Amino acid sequence: MSSTSLPAAGLRRSASPAGGLGARLRAVADAAVSPLTLDDLLDHFHPLRREPGDGGLRGRVVEVRPETPESATILIKPGKGWRGHVPGQYVRLGVDVDGIRLWRTYSLTHGPRADRNISITVKAIPGGAVSEHLVRRLAPGALVHLAQAEGEFVLPDPLPEKLLLVTAGSGITPVIGMLRNLFLRAEPARADIVLVSVNQSETTAIFRDELRGHAERGHITLVERYDDRDGVLDVATLDTLVPDLAERLAYACGPAGLLDALEQHHADRGLALTTERFRPVVLATSEGGSVAFEQTGTDLELDGSTTILDAAEAAGVLMPSGCRMGICMGCVLPLKEGAVRDLRTGELTVAVPGETDKGGVPIQTCINAAAGTCRIDH
Amino acid sequence: MTTITKKPENPIAHLTEADIEAIGAELDAIRQEVIDSRGAEDAAYIRGMVDLQRKLELGSRAVLLFSALPPAWVVGTVGLSVAKILENMEIGHNVMHGQWDWMRDPKIHSTTWEWDNASTADGWKHSHNQVHHTYTNIVGKDNDLGYGIMRVDEEQRWVPMFLAQPLWNFINACFFEYGIAAYDLELGRNLRIPKEKRPESFTRSLKATLGKIRKQATKDYVVHPLLALPFGSALPTLAANFTANLVRNLWSHSVIMCGHFPEGVETFELAAIPEKETRGQWYVRQMLGSANISGSKLMHVMTGNLSHQIEHHLFPDLPSNRYAEVAPKVRAVFDKYGLNYHEAPLPQQVGSAWHRVVRLSFPNGWLATTNAKNLPSQLKLLYTLATADRKTRKVVQLRLERRAKELAAA
Repeated sequence: MSSTSLPAAGLRRSASPAGGLGARLRAVADAAVSPLTLDDLLDHFHPLRREPGDGGLRGRVVEVRPETPESATILIKPGKGWRGHVPGQYVRLGVDVDGIRLWRTYSLTHGPRADRNISITVKAIPGGAVSEHLVRRLAPGALVHLAQAEGEFVLPDPLPEKLLLVTAGSGITPVIGMLRNLFLRAEPARADIVLVSVNQSETTAIFRDELRGHAERGHITLVERYDDRDGVLDVATLDTLVPDLAERLAYACGPAGLLDALEQHHADRGLALTTERFRPVVLATSEGGSVAFEQTGTDLELDGSTTILDAAEAAGVLMPSGCRMGICMGCVLPLKEGAVRDLRTGELTVAVPGETDKGGVPIQTCINAAAGTCRIDH
Repeated sequence: MTTITKKPENPIAHLTEADIEAIGAELDAIRQEVIDSRGAEDAAYIRGMVDLQRKLELGSRAVLLFSALPPAWVVGTVGLSVAKILENMEIGHNVMHGQWDWMRDPKIHSTTWEWDNASTADGWKHSHNQVHHTYTNIVGKDNDLGYGIMRVDEEQRWVPMFLAQPLWNFINACFFEYGIAAYDLELGRNLRIPKEKRPESFTRSLKATLGKIRKQATKDYVVHPLLALPFGSALPTLAANFTANLVRNLWSHSVIMCGHFPEGVETFELAAIPEKETRGQWYVRQMLGSANISGSKLMHVMTGNLSHQIEHHLFPDLPSNRYAEVAPKVRAVFDKYGLNYHEAPLPQQVGSAWHRVVRLSFPNGWLATTNAKNLPSQLKLLYTLATADRKTRKVVQLRLERRAKELAAA
């Protein structure tokens, strides 16, 4: 059998003879269904296949299990193309809410499982279109869109002897994934772990009983803090809660206020801290300006506090998007001309034709707002 | 028909400026109601439609593998024809209008859709969405009024060439997808320009269109017949695919003729359109320049809901599945302001549109003054007109028009 592959552009070349034949068959199939592709048709029969094409990775909801009155764990069977994850990482999830495709990021709340399923735990935020939909309306059998796991909030391997985990509210979600991975396997990990778990009240604490179980079995030392009972946590008192704080490698996940305070606290003492943020911190806004999307031919007038991504989506422009918080780079587009301002830092990014790169300056549309007249290659 | 401003009785003479703006506000409110209630059910509708269309096409093509058997040929050809019609009308046309862009689904979006048609999505979106929907029924601006080769209005000067326009129109109907492609390219105008002076955009679009036509032809006339070859069905499959394309072309041509061609639908003079047309004025032009087809649910789906041409022209980007519920509200606005809501069953509208094509192929007044008894003398007159010089033609033409007027008055 010949091992040459088709010269046609865009076809995946394969080293094996079988791959060459496969590519030829696919070329014939694509020609038979033009202007569609074979993938477009396969989507109607087998959306969870290994190579889903540009339709993207998908998953099927297996179970929606309530955790607290406001939260639920969603078990998803990912398509065969899912490349796995490390506990602590997050996944981008796209779901159709009232017919509109919306994307959000959620921490994966399990380690790799024997059944290959993945899970996220979602807290319904009042008025939150996606979280409300996932917790209250999503039913088993529904298809969701997925991206591969991402994120740097993972434990080192091998584990350090002493760990400190600080979480608040839904900040527990990446951490529960870590703990499950450490202690649900045949040979549980050995490490001295302190978990400071902060919640508004006992009833809203996600995974409360599971964490207590870990504590009872001696896996972790659990420090439960409830705002309604103990008052809002002052990080200056952390020493009294965790006396050997300085000896522990620290990980924290929760709202910006707590993380900012913790970062300051640890930096002052020269201690390392890894954090995971769910929402960008908005710092600066400017006057705004007009944004022209060259390929789609859309012109928008934007204020200085709305992200280019939000504004363009609202105007019907099909935008690439991801975490919506400036992390995943899924929303990057080239700025050909103009200035944009990073809403987290106030930093200006300027593109000047003839001076900056000809292809434009890549900008993250999810955290940048217009700061003048802009042209974007999209 | 005569452009609205040259008619003895202008159908909107009774409307004040305030009326026209009130119409605009009422129609805007109807539009907003739909936008506010768009949701999961609408999304399910279009996804279901796409799913149905693709499975129908796949199934029909599978049946056609055995099209050496006559029943399989008939079933497969009917199925494929319906699938192609659905793809072009209810799905392609409407998706490319941006009716489903609000779903933010990159797979069902005006910027990514490509359709089963000779014309490219990009070319069609320009000529249809930008030109036709903006300059609806403005003579000389809206090429949908005849694709540049027909006499669609009394005010267009008659020349003998137009005698053949019913034939042109029929040929155009049979090969409609290529007609659309040529029209998107403004082929006639561009070919008259010397080759080296043609705009670069034309050369680019021409290349894209030829590429698209090649892919379309490869699929229907090479790949599928070859796939059917082992079953001895290559030629029947080729014939079936040709037939399905022909059926789709004839059908879509008929539906589109019904939208703007039936007798009584108004045309407009460019000079009479205000420099800055208000929203209300634009709405009124759309109201008078379109005609609906009445019929069953199946009829509406098969026409891509262009049976609701009036509603479609008022709200080109609303999801097509909502036109039916909007129609009675729109009709109420027509009634309230004393405007003619043009609606009739398909055969009647097709007949009316063809009547107009035939009538205008003759000099003004000729058809109206012709009957069985005077046919020989009328034919002689027609011959005189066709062969006369311009000046004589003008004199005879004026006499003919006067006679038609007298006849109409009697």
